[in-house]
Amino acid sequence: MTLAVRFQQVSRHYDAVRAVDQIDLAIAEGEFFSMLGPSGSGKTTSLRLIAGFEQPSSGSIQIFGREAAGLPPNLRDVNTVFQDYALFPHMSVLDNVAYGLMIKGVARAERHRRAEAMLDMVKLGQYGSRRPSALSGGQRQRVALARALILQPRVLLLDEPLGALDLKLREQMQTELKALQRKLGITFIYVTHDQGEALSMSDRVAVFNKGRIEQIAAPQVLYTQPATAFVADFVGTSNVFDAAWAASLTGQQQAFAVRPERIRPVQEGQDGDGIRLPTRLLDVQYLGAVSRYELEAGPERIISMVLPNDDAAARQVLTPGQAITVWLPAQAMHALAG
Amino acid sequence: MMTVSLPEGQTTATRPGILLRLGGALYRHPGLQLALLLALPLLWFMLVYLGSLCTLLAQSVLTFDDFTMSVSRELTLDNYRQLLSPANLDVVLRTLSMATLVSLASAVMAFPLAYYMVRYARGWQKGFFYVAVMLPMWASYIVKVYAWTVLLAKGGIVYWAYQTLGLQGIVDWLMTLPLIGGNSLTTSNLGRFTVFTYIWLPFMILPIQAALERVPANLLQASSDLGASGAQTFRHVILPLAFPGVVAGSIFTFSLTLGDYIIPQLIGPSGLFIGSMVYTMQGSIGNMPLAAAFTVVPVCIIGLYLLGARKLGAFDAL
Repeated sequence: MTLAVRFQQVSRHYDAVRAVDQIDLAIAEGEFFSMLGPSGSGKTTSLRLIAGFEQPSSGSIQIFGREAAGLPPNLRDVNTVFQDYALFPHMSVLDNVAYGLMIKGVARAERHRRAEAMLDMVKLGQYGSRRPSALSGGQRQRVALARALILQPRVLLLDEPLGALDLKLREQMQTELKALQRKLGITFIYVTHDQGEALSMSDRVAVFNKGRIEQIAAPQVLYTQPATAFVADFVGTSNVFDAAWAASLTGQQQAFAVRPERIRPVQEGQDGDGIRLPTRLLDVQYLGAVSRYELEAGPERIISMVLPNDDAAARQVLTPGQAITVWLPAQAMHALAG
Repeated sequence: MMTVSLPEGQTTATRPGILLRLGGALYRHPGLQLALLLALPLLWFMLVYLGSLCTLLAQSVLTFDDFTMSVSRELTLDNYRQLLSPANLDVVLRTLSMATLVSLASAVMAFPLAYYMVRYARGWQKGFFYVAVMLPMWASYIVKVYAWTVLLAKGGIVYWAYQTLGLQGIVDWLMTLPLIGGNSLTTSNLGRFTVFTYIWLPFMILPIQAALERVPANLLQASSDLGASGAQTFRHVILPLAFPGVVAGSIFTFSLTLGDYIIPQLIGPSGLFIGSMVYTMQGSIGNMPLAAAFTVVPVCIIGLYLLGARKLGAFDAL
């Protein structure tokens, strides 16, 4: 397996702020790799380190085995789709897409032909003569994609490219991006703060927090076996039982997490491996396919339970204020580190 | 329908005051609001700026009688014909070439400075540069020009500086060159050019700085991400986007040089500039029509320049 990008003990400090703090990372060729985390977690800085817009304070960054630290962006075999597209406002859409080829010295006719083909691929064939300002957000996003891909990079960096789009368009673009990545077979490194986006598109996800990586795993593993309380809470939502609370429930000082959809009201004759937790129902939020139930298990100990709305039997008994005992199955409880 | 009963003596609304009613009327009639806002400045602009310009144009086609030294209302194009006489054309060309060189030199010096102010200067540096650029503009123009006559004079500080640095030979050689040189720096075109550039440079820095301020940093990153070197990014992204600023700045430096009559009088060789020509014509001679015709020259030149700039795509990014 060829490594597209490798970080070894990479740090990026701004004075006292550790934007990226001793990160190790290995991204395989052809992988759809997401960097997920809240703002200020170091994910965008990591992407900019790969692109060359930032230089590491220490550590080594390799792109296809070649040391990249110290190389300017124009000498790296990676291209970037920027968060706010960064299209050149004084050029037509076609010239924007052809920009990389123009820099390479490709003749005008040839680069325009290839740019047209690229625009066709992102379904903007007839928009070449327009200015970027005459396009919608979704269209600009496609132009930015075409412009980055025309140089046939081996690694494409995407910095929250769908952040400015509305929900429907975002979902559509997620599907298209994933399909595009499969078709081209190149490495996509995708920065996002949207966990749904990361889970739905990626082969693997790195969860960033405070300049460090909490966990790197496939989406399913990330969701079902979060390594830390932060991951459990940030990826999907989770009920985190801290060590003290866990001790009172299980007798062991081991924090654990349970997904809201794995919690159920205790059925008659319920047994097996698990915990019965007496609670009081605080609130019900109707969310369409499911409803979310806020349950109070003690002072400042609120957990949430998600039940499908077709489950009439489960639903009918639940009204705010009433006491309700819920079942936490043992196999749904994931031990958390730290 | 729900009814709310109010306590005795209290009505749903107090009578609106006159200001409130006026505010309401303005809100309901946006046109009126706009008219009130614009009336005064628009009137001022039409009357004082455009009106006087039209009067000027009108005067340029009146007849000046050389014999009686008076203006008659007879319409004529004679003044414009006079402009094309070799002596007057000389004045126009002399002014024009100086204005062009001063604008070019200002642009070349202003761009890196403005670029540094926008991209690199932070915190106190930014404030320092702003003040440093503006400060000379606050000092009296006439004092600065007179100061330069002293600075450039034989025995002045510039003279002392190049003598101390052993550059006497170079300066002497420069002074022997036609068009540039002269008896001394004070009476040479080089000296005049130096003072013009000194005086108008801030007018070039500020518009370029404003234009560069509007170029998002991520465009530069996108350019370098797509393989462009610093020089290529400058040529294909920064310069086209900042060009409107350069054009705006050069309109200042250009038209200010075209209209100036003090620097040509105090520094440099003899030979009139458009400004000094206008000054002489309307002042001592009283030939308002020819003075007016001379004033039309810079207006036309700037007009042509703007057309050319637009053709080059200078305003595409606006």
